[in-house]
Amino acid sequence: MAAMDQPAVDLREPAGWRRTKNRIATWLMVLAFVAVLIPLGFVLYTVIAKGASTISWSFLTGSPIPPNVVPVGIGGMWPAIYGTLVITGLAAVIAVPLGVLGAIYINEYGGRGPLAQVVRFMSDVMTGVPSIVMGLFIFSIWVLHFGYSGLAGAFALACLMLPVVIRSSEEMLKLVPDPLREASYALGATKSRVTLTVVLPAAIGGIVSGALLAIARAAGETAPLLFTILTVTATNPNVFSGANTALSTQIFSNATQPYLGAQARAWGAALTLIAIAFILMIVARMVTARFTRYSR
Amino acid sequence: MDSPEQNVVASAQLPKPAALQDTPQDAFATSTGTSIFDAKGISIYYGSFRAVTDVSLTIYENEITAFIGPSGCGKTTVLRTLNRLNDLIPEARVEGEVHYRGANLYGSGVSPIAVRRRIGMVFQKPNPFPKSIYDNVAYGPRINGIRNKAKLDEIVERSLRQAALWDEVKNRMNKSGLGLSGGQAQRLCIARTLAVEPDVVLMDEPASALDPIATGKIEDLMHEIKSQYTIVIVTHNMQQATRVSDRTAFYSVLVNPDSDTRTGTLVEYGSTQQIFEDPQDPRTQAYVTGRMG
Repeated sequence: MAAMDQPAVDLREPAGWRRTKNRIATWLMVLAFVAVLIPLGFVLYTVIAKGASTISWSFLTGSPIPPNVVPVGIGGMWPAIYGTLVITGLAAVIAVPLGVLGAIYINEYGGRGPLAQVVRFMSDVMTGVPSIVMGLFIFSIWVLHFGYSGLAGAFALACLMLPVVIRSSEEMLKLVPDPLREASYALGATKSRVTLTVVLPAAIGGIVSGALLAIARAAGETAPLLFTILTVTATNPNVFSGANTALSTQIFSNATQPYLGAQARAWGAALTLIAIAFILMIVARMVTARFTRYSR
Repeated sequence: MDSPEQNVVASAQLPKPAALQDTPQDAFATSTGTSIFDAKGISIYYGSFRAVTDVSLTIYENEITAFIGPSGCGKTTVLRTLNRLNDLIPEARVEGEVHYRGANLYGSGVSPIAVRRRIGMVFQKPNPFPKSIYDNVAYGPRINGIRNKAKLDEIVERSLRQAALWDEVKNRMNKSGLGLSGGQAQRLCIARTLAVEPDVVLMDEPASALDPIATGKIEDLMHEIKSQYTIVIVTHNMQQATRVSDRTAFYSVLVNPDSDTRTGTLVEYGSTQQIFEDPQDPRTQAYVTGRMG
């Protein structure tokens, strides 16, 4: 065994209060992380455990049957799935372009002017408005005059999504470094050209993923839809007139009924909704990766 | 009796700067004598703060003019005034007259877009777009309306050859512009600027973030394109100024004792040989001999 010299310098971590503090902090962070994961995991586990047995091809594509019929597992959610996809899609078509354009205005054109400050402030306020208030708002200005429709539901969801899209898009646009804008100006580009050809493409990855997050959230909203689409049980392909249905409202109406079949259907619908949100997240990742191809 | 200037070396005794001893004297070889920029007593303000005062000079066609001086003396501010890039700063304003080829650069009805198409700029820190190398260089021609793929290919290749970058990137034109080294990225930015075939190229310390070899390549580039473009370069590096420029403008700082603000001003402007071998102003003398700045 070769003799080892005593090292001339002791480079080990010095013992003392600092090391202990570091270890305590690390453990606290690990604990906090676990504490957050537990309810998340618990919710996922419960929904999957209770809803998985209900999911089947006939569930996803069939129509609902009256709730007092047994056995469990018969009946479908297709009208609700269709409703959720179409109404949320329509809300996205309304809210996302408006939100992105609003963010472009605030960040590129408005600067510190009064209109930009008002828009920024109002969108901050709107993020805090309860979703049911949005539903009541659309109820009073639209539904009372034009009746229940998927369109009204889309308006309500769009009101919910708009401030989120504005704020997240504005953050993404702020992250685009100024030297890129200067380089574009120095080549003789007009302001709109700079914004459309340099700033927007540089921020598009973050904008899209922010929009998809807002869409996923809106897909699960129940309260604003209660007053605007008036849950029915048949598929209503015409989203512009006539009451409609969505997964979230179906969960609500099924879960409040005492029948076992209804309970099972509610869990199945909940699992379907989570699966839709999950798919949207994956698409968001893929889209971001595709758009930020040139950023490295 | 001691002469009051005994602390200042008499100009005739200044040693010749090392660079001027070796560099072949091709100064003014391509100059045509036409005045490109004519600045008369311009002052530049940011809000109420006067950043630069009383600058008057003339920049001539197909020459390389260097702006030298210590930090904070307004060189970059004056440079950005020449292509109206200071317009992007809301509180900035220019007093005095700047003429470009006889036309008032800040006259009413002058479009900054048209100005910047003719007067391009390369920045201190390379700023390639997060697009492919091809799209970076083709950006300028595209926003000028050129859509024909063959024409764009030709312009891109020509610009990259002029920037001495073609051989290094010709096989990866579709890769991101952000994946290049610092020297390559700066040459890409130069190629991007040359692609729109401007009249003047303004360079704000283009090599300050680069190693000596990359710097050498950029200086060679400047010599190559001197016959086609007018170049104004801001540099901290006096040797670089002696290596590349035909004329040199020396800026310095005036300190206002009451408000403790610093305002930049043009001290001396002349041929590079004269500025470095025979500076007239004592401040210039002190700076080029290394005793200040």
